[in-house]
Parts: sequence; structure tokens; C-alpha cells
Amino acid sequence: MTTRSDRRGAVARPRPRARGLRDGDASPHSAAALKLERTWRDKPGLIGWLSANGHKRIGLRFVFTALCFFGAAGVMGGLMRHQLASADGHLVGPDFYNQLFTMHGTTMMFLFAVPVMQGVALYVVPLMIGARNTAFPRMSACAYWLYLFGGLLLFGGFALNTGPDAGWFAYVPLAGPQYGIGKRADIWNMLVTYSEATGLMVAVDITTTILKLRAPGMSLRLMPLFVWASLVTSLMIIFAMPMVMLAANLVQFDRMLGTHFFNPAEGGDALLWQHLFWFFGHPEVYFIFIPALGFVSAILPTFARRPVVGHDAIVLSLIATGFLSFGLWVHHMFATNLPELGKSFFTAMSFMIAIPTALQIFCWIATIAAGRLVLKSPMWFVLGFFVILLIGGLTGIMLGSVPLDLQVHDSYFVVAHLHYVLIGGAVFPLLGAICYWFPKVTGRMLNERLARWQFWLFFIGVNLTFFPLHILGLMGMPRRIYTYGPETGWGTLSLLSAAGQVINDLSMLLFVINIVRSLWKGERAGADPWQAGTLEWSLPSPPSACNFLVLPVVRSREPLWAPPAEVNNVSGLSAEIREGLTTTVLHAVPDTRYAYPRPEIWPFVAAVSVTAWLVWSVWSVPGFAWGLIPPAVAFIAWYWPNRKEAVEEVSWEIEP
Amino acid sequence: MTRRESLPASVAARLDGDALDVSDLPSYGFSHRSLMWWGNAGMMVIEGVAFGFMIIIYFYLRSLSNAWPDAGRPPDLRFGSLNLAIIVLSAFPNYLVQRACKDLDLRRVRRWLYVCSALGLALAAVRWYEFTALNVRWDAGAYGSVVWVLLGLHTFNLVTDVVDTLVLTAVTYSKPLEGKRFVDIAENCGYWYFVVLTWIPIYAVIYFGARV
Repeated sequence: MTTRSDRRGAVARPRPRARGLRDGDASPHSAAALKLERTWRDKPGLIGWLSANGHKRIGLRFVFTALCFFGAAGVMGGLMRHQLASADGHLVGPDFYNQLFTMHGTTMMFLFAVPVMQGVALYVVPLMIGARNTAFPRMSACAYWLYLFGGLLLFGGFALNTGPDAGWFAYVPLAGPQYGIGKRADIWNMLVTYSEATGLMVAVDITTTILKLRAPGMSLRLMPLFVWASLVTSLMIIFAMPMVMLAANLVQFDRMLGTHFFNPAEGGDALLWQHLFWFFGHPEVYFIFIPALGFVSAILPTFARRPVVGHDAIVLSLIATGFLSFGLWVHHMFATNLPELGKSFFTAMSFMIAIPTALQIFCWIATIAAGRLVLKSPMWFVLGFFVILLIGGLTGIMLGSVPLDLQVHDSYFVVAHLHYVLIGGAVFPLLGAICYWFPKVTGRMLNERLARWQFWLFFIGVNLTFFPLHILGLMGMPRRIYTYGPETGWGTLSLLSAAGQVINDLSMLLFVINIVRSLWKGERAGADPWQAGTLEWSLPSPPSACNFLVLPVVRSREPLWAPPAEVNNVSGLSAEIREGLTTTVLHAVPDTRYAYPRPEIWPFVAAVSVTAWLVWSVWSVPGFAWGLIPPAVAFIAWYWPNRKEAVEEVSWEIEP
Repeated sequence: MTRRESLPASVAARLDGDALDVSDLPSYGFSHRSLMWWGNAGMMVIEGVAFGFMIIIYFYLRSLSNAWPDAGRPPDLRFGSLNLAIIVLSAFPNYLVQRACKDLDLRRVRRWLYVCSALGLALAAVRWYEFTALNVRWDAGAYGSVVWVLLGLHTFNLVTDVVDTLVLTAVTYSKPLEGKRFVDIAENCGYWYFVVLTWIPIYAVIYFGARV
């Protein structure tokens, strides 16, 4: 009788017992630990740097790049506030102003908010679930390069006076072939394609990582809340982002190929764009907000010194928020000619989504009340989040009702609302998260005093900048105007807002100073400076290249707060190749050993070739077809077997 | 050896002192045990959402139009229906490839991959004629635009998967062949089912949306 191996025609191979050095010894000086460190280290040199695929490095690259874009978009916001600080301002002209507000919104939403949240998740999730890397590390590496190149394309266009100028939502017909002359709108469409492709690649990676690479014993019920938030966000991204990519490409077809999707004269419909954009655009707000809820659920129990109250309720709220967020998009379109009955449905949905968020806030308040609160800088940012988000949420409920929305639509009231929601709901928790995990990432503490100064300046600055905008909106000041006359009476409040922006800038300056200073001479952090409960704090700061010298076995939600169990770790994984463990989806029972992909240059090459294709397709129709060949070649080369690695891999294989 | 024996491993992690020894676990697994299955599922959802919305856009634009098609004539049924027949037929060798993968039977995998590749190339060729028989230009009006993009999206999927199948057929000749490549081929088959299943509603919309 022939065996399966005979039919495969594979080479005869030794049984896995002979498979070299294995892990199992948790001591950092053991032979296995030293070998693991060598196996997981990035290759040296420029090629090694471009090939790196460790989740910590890719995550940090995302966060660093996103913070640079945040700074650039903040400067643009500052320019706008100073242009409007007094009547008849002439710091910038109308055309440049249009580019400014479009670039500010586009950068903040597509190049800062979503990528920064995904970057943190890439860094933290594998550490929290006990994995050595993400499931598809090369895909995330490729996604990073695409993201970087997309951002550089946008800013390159802006530097050449070809920055998009039709608003961050690029409404047609303004962004269509008839009015969107030049290449400005094309660059916006390309940027969306880039950033959404990036977001989707990372989302698939994070989803698979969470579902299949959790440490043995970490069933879904024991999974930390930040990991739940990342899972919900990633699934939402997978369902919402294809939409806007498709829609942006349809506009691009209208512009390049003469199709008529959005051209009412030829049977198309301009309002179709608004539906398509906001069907993505509203969940987008929650891609930013839900990870932030996850940050709060990670930080708050640590500083309340007890497990979070209502863990299951919070998980269900996150999931409910994810579902409900897909039923809100028309509340961005209350001023269009849609059936009134339909609008009432969306009003009801807009009110309903406040319920799960409120539920979580009550759980957190209960956690604080039942614990012993320690007020450190990450916790200050969480408290700031409560206040600012609450104000933004309340104006959100006001805007959810059709008659009120119609009164203040396209006024500064909306600008005030969205900044309260996004800064309160995302930037405050993000800054808290950076303070919280900075010691883990760098091994150094941030200076607590500077961090508190930063917090208070930002808290005051944000309120001073954005609260007056509510009143300006009620006074009738429209959005997206580059100047106004003195007779409007908008000058005083606008000046106040500009002053607030200066305070924000100071706060961010302190933030940069604190980071640089702490990297240089910050206090040493040790493994667990906050006495937190989740797995990442069991590792040295910064964690070693392979994260876990031995994979943990998990039995509680805060493994570090639980008494030691009889079985604490896994053994028997190879120290000589990048090996990990897959577990079952629900109960995290060990299932197969898994060889993580090695670092390779191909993801970078693929990103370069995709960039060449997209840029070519903006300037030439045939480029759209011919430009596809280099990426196809790059992706095939990426997949093609490497003989040396195959020989090695076959030697330690065990068939299922 | 029967197929049953290649289903999930009975080997479990063993207790070794105070540690859980996993060195005897298999180094790969089929279906949802493999990470590739999850990545592939993600891709299918992403593309499925795009297809779904393209169909919604079709009916949205149709509902706004007085005449549908608003330019040109409905597409000829001949080539589209021929493709429907071939694509449904192709699911069968596809199934045989998937089964041979789970048996780790290289000869059978190769044999049926050739059949799949040939059918895939035939589909791509017929697809070319489908575009010529749409009876409308993409820039003739909203109807032409949406039909071209709908067919174009499915063609993009079709061509991608045919290229994947050809590449995987070539990879089966590389030596030594790692076990995980059988998983990859089986997952490529899973993706092909997606191409088949999406064509049925898209065919119905393209060819009968302008007739019914």
C-alpha cells in the first residue's frame, strides 16, 4: 500500500524529533532563547530594513508615520484658524484655502486616524494574545509601504499646487469631470484607493491573527477588551472599505474613461455618490472610535486596580456599535431630497447608537467606583475623553434630529460637533494609549509632569478652539468659507478659537519634547511599570524579537493578576525557524504548529510596482491595463517557492 | 488510505511536566484550520461587498431611468450563457483538485489542475466575446457604464484566479514540494467556487436586468 508521502513524491525525511533546538526554557540566557533571538531578528542593512516584517516594527512605522501626518494636518488646521481669526483675513487666498481644508480632512481621516489605530493594534494585539507575530506579516509590511507612498503622493500633489480641493468627501459634480479640472480630484481618488487597500490588508491580517493565533486557553470569553475592539473594527473595515474604494474608482472612470455614473444628463445620479461615500463614511467614524474604546478598556482597569465591571456587556456593546454604525449614513444627507419617512428611520438609528456607548461609560464609571483610582497621565487622558466625548455625543444627538440638522447643516456647529467627537473620542484615548504603552515600546517612562502639562494644555486648548464654533454655527457662520466681512460679528469668537489652537500647538510641542527627552534619559520602566494584568506586561520592555520565549497558557482575563496555574506555558516549538502555534477559533485549543513567513524584499517591491501602476493610470488610460503587469510579476515572485527554505521546511513537516 | 483519515488530526498537545508540549502537532491543516482559509475568506468578503454594491448601483440607476437600457440594446445571450455553462462545469474538476489536495495526492492534483486551467482559459476567451456582444459602449449612458464595470469586475476576478491556477500548476513541479502548497491549492479552489457563485447573480443581472 502506498502512503500519502509516497504519492506526494516528497524526499524521505527524518521524524520531527530530530528537528533541532526547541523552545520550552523561559530563562532569557538559555540556548533556546539565544537561538530564538537570532531567528527572529531582522536582517541587517538597507535590504533588511526594507524587508522587515516583525509586527512591532511595522506597527511602530504606522504609528510614527501617522503622527507625522497628524502634525502636518494640524499645521493646516492652524493656518485655517489664523486665516479666519479676524474679518477680511488675507493670509491665504480662496484657492489655497480650498486645498487646505480638503487636505486637512483627508489627511486626518485617511492618513492619520485609521492607520494610527491599526498601527497600535498591529503592535499590541500579538503581545496581548500571546503570539510571536501576526498571521500575514508580509501583507502588513506591503500595506505599510503602500500607505507611505499614497501619503507621499497626496503631499507631493499638494506641494505642486495639485492638492485636492473638493472637500474630504469629494462630492460630485465638484470632483467630477465637469468641474474637477486638472489632476486634483484624481489624486484624491488615488489616495483613497491606496489608503483603503492598506486598511483592508491590515484588517484581514488582524482578524486572522486574533481568531487563530491566540495563546492556548485564551477562549473568546477570556480575550482582552482591546483585542475585542480591534476584532470588531477589523471586521467593520472589511465590510465598509471596499465600498469607498469602488466608489472612488467609479468617479475615476467618469473622469478618465467617460462613463456616466454620476452624470444626471446621461442617466447617472450625483446623489448616488453621497450614498456610496457615507455608507462607508459613517462606519469610518467608528473605525476610529471603537479602537479608542478599546484603549479606554485597557487603561482604565489598570488604574482602577480591578478587572473591568461588565466585561461581557462591553463586548456586546462593541459588537452592537459595529452593527448599528452601518445604519446611520443618511444622517449626513438630511438636507437632500430623500423621503421623510426614511429620514425618521435614520434619526432613530442615530439615537440608538448612543445606547451601547452609554452602557460602556456606565461600566467604566462602575469600575472606577468599585476600584481604587490611581491618577497617572494615561488615566488623565481617559478622564478627558469622558468629558469631551460627552459634549460631542450630546451635540450628535441634536444633529440626529432632522429639523435641527436642517437649521445648522453646513455651519460651524457641525465642525464643532465632529471635532469634539473625533478629538474626544479618538485623540484623547490615543494620547492616553501612547502614555500607557510608551514604557513597553521603549523601555523608558514618559515624564509624568510634562505629560500632565500636555494633558491640561490640550484639554483647555481643545475646548477653547472648538466650543466657540458651536456658537458661531448658531450665528449662521457657514463651513468652508475662506473669509468673512466685519459686519457679520464673527470676529471675536473666531479669534478666541485661533488662540485655542495656539494652546493646542504648545501642548503638542510638549508631547514631542517629552518623547524625545524620555527616549534619551527617561526613567527605566521595567517589565510592568503600571502593575497591569494583560500579557504584554509579562514581557521585558521593549519585548525581544520573538515576543514570547515560551508561549503562555492562559486561564483568566488578567493572567498577570491570577495565581500561577499548574501549566503556564507551551514547549516544543522550533527555535531555529520562526515557528508559532495556531489554536481553534472559539476555545483556543492548540491545533497546528505554524511557520511564520520570513522577512523578504518582495512586499516592498510589490508596493513600489502598485504605486507605479496607480500613478501611471492617473495620467494615461492604457497605463491602467499595462501597469498591471509589474505588480502581477511582483506578487508571483513573492509567492514563488525558495528551494533552500522548502528543503528545510519539508524536513520538519508533520502531515495533518 | 481514505479521505476521512486526512481530516483534522487526532494528535493533541501533551503535558510534559509543567508545560504543554506541542511538538507532535501537525505543521499545517486544511480548511478553516489554515490561516490561508481565513485570509481567503477576508478577500471573498471584500470582493463580495464590491459585487453586491455594484448590483445595488445597477438597480438604483435603473430605478431612476425611464428607459432601460437607456442606450444600445440588451446584450446577446449567446456568449454569457455559454460562459455560465462552462463555469458551472468547471466546479467539478475544481472539487476534484480540492479533494486530491486533502489526500496529498500530487498526480491527481496536477491532472485536475490542468483541466481547471484549460477551462479557465476557455472562460477568459469567451469573456472577451462577451464584451463584444454587450451591444452598448461604456460611455453611451449610465446603463452602458454600469454593465461594463459589472462585467469588468467579474473579469478581473476571473483573470486573477486563472493566473493563480496557472502559477500553482507550475509550482507543483518545484522540488521538494512543501505540504503547505497543497493547502494553498485547496484554498485556490475555494476561491474558484466564489468566482463561480458570483457569476450566477451577475449573469442574471447583466443579461436579464435589461430584459425583465
